[in-house]
Amino acid sequence: MTFGETFTAATDRAVLFPYMMCGLPVAAATLDLFVAMADAGADGFEVGIPYADPLMDGPVIQEAGMKALAAGMTLAKGLETTAAVASATGLPCAVMTYVNPVLAMGITEFSVRVGEAGAGAVIIADLPVDESAPFVAALEGAGVGLVQFAAPTTTDARLDQVVAKANPFVYGIAEMGVTGERDGSTSRAAELSRRVRSRSEVPLVLGVGISGPESAKEAAGLADGVIVGTALVRRVLEAPTIGAACEAVAELVTDLAVAVRE
Amino acid sequence: MTVVDRPDASGRFGEFGGRFAPETLMPALEHLEIAFDEAWDDPAYRAELSSLLRDYVGRPTPLYEASRLSEVLGLRLLLKREDLAHTGAHKINNTVGQALLARRMGKPRVIAETGAGQHGVATATACALFGLECEVFMGEVDMSRQALNVERMQMLGTKVTPVTSGAGTLKDAVSAALRDWVATVETTHYIIGSVVGPHPFPWIVRQLQRVIGDETIEQLGDIEPDLVVACVGGGSNSMGMFYPFAGGDVELVGVEAGGYGLESGKHGASLVAGTPGVLHGARTYMLQDAEGQVLEAHSISAGLDYPGVGPEHAQFKDDGLARYDSVTDDEAVAAMDLMSRTEGIIPALEPSHALAWVWRERAALAGKTVVLCLSGRGDKDVDQIAEASGR
Repeated sequence: MTFGETFTAATDRAVLFPYMMCGLPVAAATLDLFVAMADAGADGFEVGIPYADPLMDGPVIQEAGMKALAAGMTLAKGLETTAAVASATGLPCAVMTYVNPVLAMGITEFSVRVGEAGAGAVIIADLPVDESAPFVAALEGAGVGLVQFAAPTTTDARLDQVVAKANPFVYGIAEMGVTGERDGSTSRAAELSRRVRSRSEVPLVLGVGISGPESAKEAAGLADGVIVGTALVRRVLEAPTIGAACEAVAELVTDLAVAVRE
Repeated sequence: MTVVDRPDASGRFGEFGGRFAPETLMPALEHLEIAFDEAWDDPAYRAELSSLLRDYVGRPTPLYEASRLSEVLGLRLLLKREDLAHTGAHKINNTVGQALLARRMGKPRVIAETGAGQHGVATATACALFGLECEVFMGEVDMSRQALNVERMQMLGTKVTPVTSGAGTLKDAVSAALRDWVATVETTHYIIGSVVGPHPFPWIVRQLQRVIGDETIEQLGDIEPDLVVACVGGGSNSMGMFYPFAGGDVELVGVEAGGYGLESGKHGASLVAGTPGVLHGARTYMLQDAEGQVLEAHSISAGLDYPGVGPEHAQFKDDGLARYDSVTDDEAVAAMDLMSRTEGIIPALEPSHALAWVWRERAALAGKTVVLCLSGRGDKDVDQIAEASGR
């Protein structure tokens, strides 16, 4: 399924996009985690590629990234994993990384490989809409969309640009701050949702700070989709075995899948 | 050979710079550019800054003819004495200007990163002066090698937060400060310590540090120097010194941290041995592997222990406006010793790199007039040197 088909099919509910980082718990078992999450009710995925200096990520995803890099994960290998996930699950995948590994591979080469991997979208955490034109152009050529971000601080003028360029969805930053599990309120997400919706029909997916079924349910009421990352990554880092990691993520995704349907 | 007056709308110095930052920060960066523009054009802001630089910081700092060192080196050496500025380094030029800006923008809280601690102390000082809440992020490795500056910041009422991620040095401190800012940007101003980071920081910090070069030109009077030499970590003292000279007849030389030697891979020489990429929000020369992953820098000097460099230096390098070289840890320590014993001035490890380069090149520089930016004093490094030499 494509992202577009996924949003269209879920007419009366928000979709659930779990995040997982390539290389966890070990590179050979990352696919198992994604398959377990697909079986537990995920609608699509954010496939994380580790970066050594992840400015948008809190301590848990930082630690996961260092572990994955130390074990030899790279952008090229992560795209191979993405291809395997897309093929095994049939679900839409968004490749998530930072700008420098993409520049090192080359924007065009990266775009071609993402397209070949069967990923429908790319998310680059430190690439604001202002700097995105060359990336959008190259990715379009490969039939891949570039997700744009909207934050509670985003001005109206910036938001107009973000919704105009976002493809296949807007990543709404639900809470101020880097990725992590928090018990914050959703008042700012509600305001952000209203501002995006008043401008555009482009799907809005909320992420950052959404850690469990309760916050996922609230976010689902405000948006077309929900991303959960840190809570899943933490469970993988804490699991003693590969089997236990698969069980732990499946358990949380099952609960989250129920929550976004409530 | 184009000297950029101010970066273009996308924040570029030629091909370098830009604004590769999370969207959460982008509105604040746009606002900061407007606020700085307004302040810089406001005679009241400029007058307050000038009076603080004179009466509080102690500017102009002297341009001192180092006769004994000149004799040893076989050339004429003039030292721009930023070590005599309040708090002991050039960093205060920037922090006073930016703290005034924070007050003007109505932001009650300030954050900063620090490597050697000089920027942290200068930020803590400006915040104490203006009654701003201040938190400084410092790598835990740097906290142990610059313990004196940690104490100073705490005395000044600043919270010093250890950073344990990565190698626990300057890169990690910048990243930690940026992550804090992503959460707190609505009430907090980030006083970045060098000509690095996303636009408009490299431009703002250069404008606030160019006082070093502007004063030097005035103090030189009829003297026509052949070379201006300064150390380059992120590159704020060097850009502040170079910028007013750029495009003229004076050769500009930036000296980076060679660490254990370039061939060892353990160094901080981004311009000499790095490649273009994006680090901390700007496209610039940086230390990275073939996969685009940032590499850890190494330098005995915490202030130069950084895998990137200001984007304007990257443009200076590519456009031939300045040339860049490196010296090793050992050469820097020897130069620190030389200046201490010959002139009675204990320089910081950072500008000791610039002197080490002059020492190494002294045969080629014989008889020339060299201006060296003595960016800071070495008190902070005394414990580290004593330990290393077993004194």
